[in-house]
Amino acid sequence: MRRIISVLMENAPGSLSRVVGLFSQRGYNIESLTVAPTEDETLSRLTLTTIGDDHKIEQITKHLNKLIDVVKLVDLTEGAHIEREVMLIKVKAAGAQRAEIKRCVDIFRGQIVDVTASLYIIQITGTSDKLDAFLQAVGDASILEVVRSGVSGIARGEKVLSL
Amino acid sequence: MLIRALRDEGVEYVFGYPGGAALHIYDAIFRQKDVKHILVRHEQAATHAADAYSRATGQVGTVLVTSGPGATNAVTGIATAYMDSIPMVVISGQVVSERIGEDAFQETDMVGISRPIVKHSFMVRDARDIPEVVKKAYYIAATGRPGPVVIDIPKDITSPFDTFPYEYPEKVKIRSYTPATRGHAGQIKKAVQLLLEAKRPVIYAGGGVIQGNGSELLTELARKLNYPVTNTLMGLGAYPGSDRQFLGMLGMHGTYEANMAMHHADAILAIGARFDDRVTNAVNKFCPNAKIIHVDVDPASISKTVTADIPIVGAVDSVLSEMMALVLEADQSPDASAIKNWWEQIEEWRDGHGLYTAPRYNTSGEKIMPQDVIKVLHEVTKGDAYVTSDVGQHQMFTAQYYLFDKPRRWINSGGLGTMGFGLPAAMGAQMADRDAVVVCVTGEGSIQMCIQELSTCTQYHLPIKIICLNNQALGMVKQWQDMQYDSRYSESLYEDSLPDFVKLAESYGHVGMRVTKKEELKAKMEECFALKDRVVFMDIYVDSTEHVYPMQIAGASMRDMWLSKTERT
Repeated sequence: MRRIISVLMENAPGSLSRVVGLFSQRGYNIESLTVAPTEDETLSRLTLTTIGDDHKIEQITKHLNKLIDVVKLVDLTEGAHIEREVMLIKVKAAGAQRAEIKRCVDIFRGQIVDVTASLYIIQITGTSDKLDAFLQAVGDASILEVVRSGVSGIARGEKVLSL
Repeated sequence: MLIRALRDEGVEYVFGYPGGAALHIYDAIFRQKDVKHILVRHEQAATHAADAYSRATGQVGTVLVTSGPGATNAVTGIATAYMDSIPMVVISGQVVSERIGEDAFQETDMVGISRPIVKHSFMVRDARDIPEVVKKAYYIAATGRPGPVVIDIPKDITSPFDTFPYEYPEKVKIRSYTPATRGHAGQIKKAVQLLLEAKRPVIYAGGGVIQGNGSELLTELARKLNYPVTNTLMGLGAYPGSDRQFLGMLGMHGTYEANMAMHHADAILAIGARFDDRVTNAVNKFCPNAKIIHVDVDPASISKTVTADIPIVGAVDSVLSEMMALVLEADQSPDASAIKNWWEQIEEWRDGHGLYTAPRYNTSGEKIMPQDVIKVLHEVTKGDAYVTSDVGQHQMFTAQYYLFDKPRRWINSGGLGTMGFGLPAAMGAQMADRDAVVVCVTGEGSIQMCIQELSTCTQYHLPIKIICLNNQALGMVKQWQDMQYDSRYSESLYEDSLPDFVKLAESYGHVGMRVTKKEELKAKMEECFALKDRVVFMDIYVDSTEHVYPMQIAGASMRDMWLSKTERT
């Protein structure tokens, strides 16, 4: 099952390599990974998505918690949460295609952020599923380049991941 | 500043080897007397010696090496300590800060190389941080589930020309690190309830009981309940080996009675043990009828391979005392008739195939049997020596036949299985207790992996006794080749290339002895241990065809074992 694990860790050199190293060392899979400092500059927030059964996810969270640099973590998929991913996509947009792609962008509530005579750069935000669906709608033939940010997430309601 | 911090941390011995990037530190060592340095002959030996010092005393071992090859040579020893959860701090010199990343002379990314085999690591970027980093390193190494910590220090950070105000912190707090202490009271209560209701209980205790100073408490609890106890390879000595309730070691080369008892148990108290694959055999066939209580200080150990019915995260000493208190105040006592039947069953297993009720190997041949060497060693040392070992058949024979009555006496590389561990480990144990009898049981294969340390023994007058079970082959490899590869001895024989160990020992200034006859074994052994202030290398020629039994059959349950070359359960 796909899980989103959100980690609050020391914003120190080497912290990220410990997290990434743990995954390769123990044979766990990282589907996506994002990391950036938080409002408290001594802390970084790392969000990763991974796939595994309950046993594997339990081991992953336990081992992450064991890392000295990891302050707190939460498996967002355990409760109600909001997940977002940003995608920038460069597509061929010439002739009849141009209007078709524009319509598609509107349907998915994306934005065209750059235009040339023959292509668009589109920005689209949403869950990973939505981004996948958009890619499918546009079709492989017109896609030139795709950049995805990886998943960020936050729990709904009162729950807060902080010190 | 670094050495001052080590002194203030209470470090007595540092095992190490100097080199360019560590020279400022070595100069500071020269100019003081509190922290004593032991110069080894290879950095791997420094880590094993510090590791064994820690195993023997419970203190944190300390290693100092230089950058590059100094650091990489230490890696095997760090991994060894990591796998066995031994507290150790390894300080490695590093090239000057501004050269880092430029492939400078003797530069290597030590923090990166050691990352998967340390509990934590530090790179010091400012000399002012040294006291706090040292304090944190020792704190992290020693608390919770212990483990090695690396401190990498660029040369400019230890420059004697820069001085700073120094203050050693008394306490350290790390917001992201809170090791478990007390176990959950409700879980402990449930565990005691399960134990008291058990009809076929077994206590399965590992190295965590020794590390967590829980041996006495465990012994009291086991005796109070009259339940059988088995120890893992790492746990030997956690419960007295000569006690009636002790079943011997369990697992791949565990005793028949220990493995049978585990398989048939209805309740297992696993404490400070981690259900290693060398213990469980096939996990899906492991102890089919048992409810499992698992006590461990490391939450990640629990339900990692075998799912615990009652998990308890906590320090073993605290959990054991709480269990004992509950047992004492409970209205219920164990089911006496069920426990009596259980013991009768265990005695039957012991009488049938136990290692301690009759010899389970050929005693009528002319050759010296390795098992007999360990038995004689036990007799001559009165079972009270510190015994280190290397890895292979000799290690298993020692684990089976040297019945350790006290914790911290059996020092071996259990998790990583590091050949070459024994001799430097014996040095560390001897440093920990200068008056103790320290024995290194080894083989002619393993001993050659760190043989250079015979020289260190000379320099520091460490009167270690080396018992080399010489079977002229990599015995355990050969055993597997016999059992699984139709005796095709691929690269496990030396083709007459072995050195004359007697002369070799003598060339280092030690005493060498060769024993080839069965009848002279005991006399020679006594002669060896009578030479109290000398290193003695006993090169004992043993039956090279002997295998270690019992041996669990791969992919099967705990009760499926080979009991000899021809007999299986």
